[in-house]
Amino acid sequence: MMRKLLTVALSGTFAFSANLAANEDTTQAYIDQLTSMGFPAPKESQLVHIPPTMADLEEADIHPELKKVIRKGYDLFTNTQQLRGENVFNNMNCSSCHLGEGRMPFSAPIWPAAVTLPGYRGKNGHVNNLEERIAGCFTYSMNGKPLEYGSDNMLALSAYHQWLATGVEMYPKQPIYGRGFPAPERPAELSYANGEKLYEENCAVCHQEDGSGLRVDGHTVFPAPWGDMSNNWGAGIVRLFTAAGFIKNNMPLGQPNSLSDQEAWDIAFYMDSQERPQDPRYTGDVKETLEQFGPTFHKHSMYGQVREHDGKVLADHDNTGEKPFLKPDTIRSRNFD
Amino acid sequence: MRKIPITLAAFGLAAYAGFALAATEGDAERGKEVANLCIACHQADGSGMHIEGGESWPRLAGLNATYFAKQIHDIKTGTRVNATMTPFVNMLDDQKIADVAAYYSQLEPTAGQGGANADEATLKRGQQLAERGDWSQYIVSCKSCHGPGNRGAGDVFPGIAGQHAGYIEAQLKAWKEGTRKNDPQDLMGSIARRMSDEDIHAVAVWLANQSASSK
Repeated sequence: MMRKLLTVALSGTFAFSANLAANEDTTQAYIDQLTSMGFPAPKESQLVHIPPTMADLEEADIHPELKKVIRKGYDLFTNTQQLRGENVFNNMNCSSCHLGEGRMPFSAPIWPAAVTLPGYRGKNGHVNNLEERIAGCFTYSMNGKPLEYGSDNMLALSAYHQWLATGVEMYPKQPIYGRGFPAPERPAELSYANGEKLYEENCAVCHQEDGSGLRVDGHTVFPAPWGDMSNNWGAGIVRLFTAAGFIKNNMPLGQPNSLSDQEAWDIAFYMDSQERPQDPRYTGDVKETLEQFGPTFHKHSMYGQVREHDGKVLADHDNTGEKPFLKPDTIRSRNFD
Repeated sequence: MRKIPITLAAFGLAAYAGFALAATEGDAERGKEVANLCIACHQADGSGMHIEGGESWPRLAGLNATYFAKQIHDIKTGTRVNATMTPFVNMLDDQKIADVAAYYSQLEPTAGQGGANADEATLKRGQQLAERGDWSQYIVSCKSCHGPGNRGAGDVFPGIAGQHAGYIEAQLKAWKEGTRKNDPQDLMGSIARRMSDEDIHAVAVWLANQSASSK
């Protein structure tokens, strides 16, 4: 028990709690709620952090100007569509994938980025800081153009990430409980046909049979899992394990862990075998792009693969969706040699 | 009542929870006559009525026609249980259901009732649940399915802003207790079962105070 207590204290929830006993109760209630929803309990060695809520922000003893900035970051995170046509060229909000306003474990909570970066990222082969990591989401998941480094909006979005990490030590040594979209074990066989059937039964009521999702009055209610209004071929969720993890842990909305591992993987396989805007790293040739980015990324996706049931080569096109360019000019490599 | 010619014009299929319902095109003019059956409780303007501490009849004005028609069909088939409504819906065939649904959908929504006396803390909690949810209990926000301003999203997720508090409260409790379960894939039921009676009340009074119209 002592160890868990220490973890909790290190993780920063202590700052929101009057005494250790109450703090321990809060953490236990938090874990109990998650396990009742089918999520695994944290292992003894894992770091459990309960990120503060917007209600906590009102009470927080920080400068009112900082509160304004964090509120703006929250607003951008939950209504990223306000940047449509400037930085966002599809129907996504940050909160479309990072559920619970970026706070939910098993739904790629965003605070770990604030305490583990700058860090080396295999996807682009260099050290990224928090801003560059956020820029990555805009480039791929939002099929867009990153917020300018150091801009007001970038400051606000970064501040929201960092504030959610309040009290967590930098570069924590313990593994983080519920980080990313932990994937269930990959089954031996994946079935496109079964994925299609399951999608129609479980997902289409919101995301539509054609994957276009639903927008009302210019707001995204249900994001598009594929097609021009979805993430492009470079987004993390085109990797089958990421999609399977997202689906298993979060979908249908309000019913996490209700699908079997096989079902989550089959739906992921079906969804990730549909077309979407081109990967911004496209060289002009799908085979060449696959050779270049296969080892670090596309070996987990269907990019450049032949779809079995109709022989279609996936991503063999130069469609960038609503976005009037392929690659944002801010994407560049770094090296310190 | 004059005889209404039945023209079954199926213009598409609306899939609900694994079964398909052939859509019948409704005529609002004809629907106005059908609505004579409804006005004793739901009023001539479709505003319904909230009776504090008593039964609450929902506002029908401005409801999505497809959603509306599905509810009537569900009451008719017993998928949605409502003893008061049963004798009325049994008088309606598919065409009359489509017509009355078309009629109410084009009426201007009226104001929700039952939220006027709620205290500030209750309204604040209600707003939180409606707009942000409470993820510590895995209660997702209403608007994540019911759309911007909770004014409805598509044919499946009805507008709930500006609905009477008593009606919303009764429905959420019915889902919680399992006496209403005609939602697709238990999407509403799984949330309602996590809500305390206090939270159900809070969200109901907050929604009743909101406008059903974006104008």
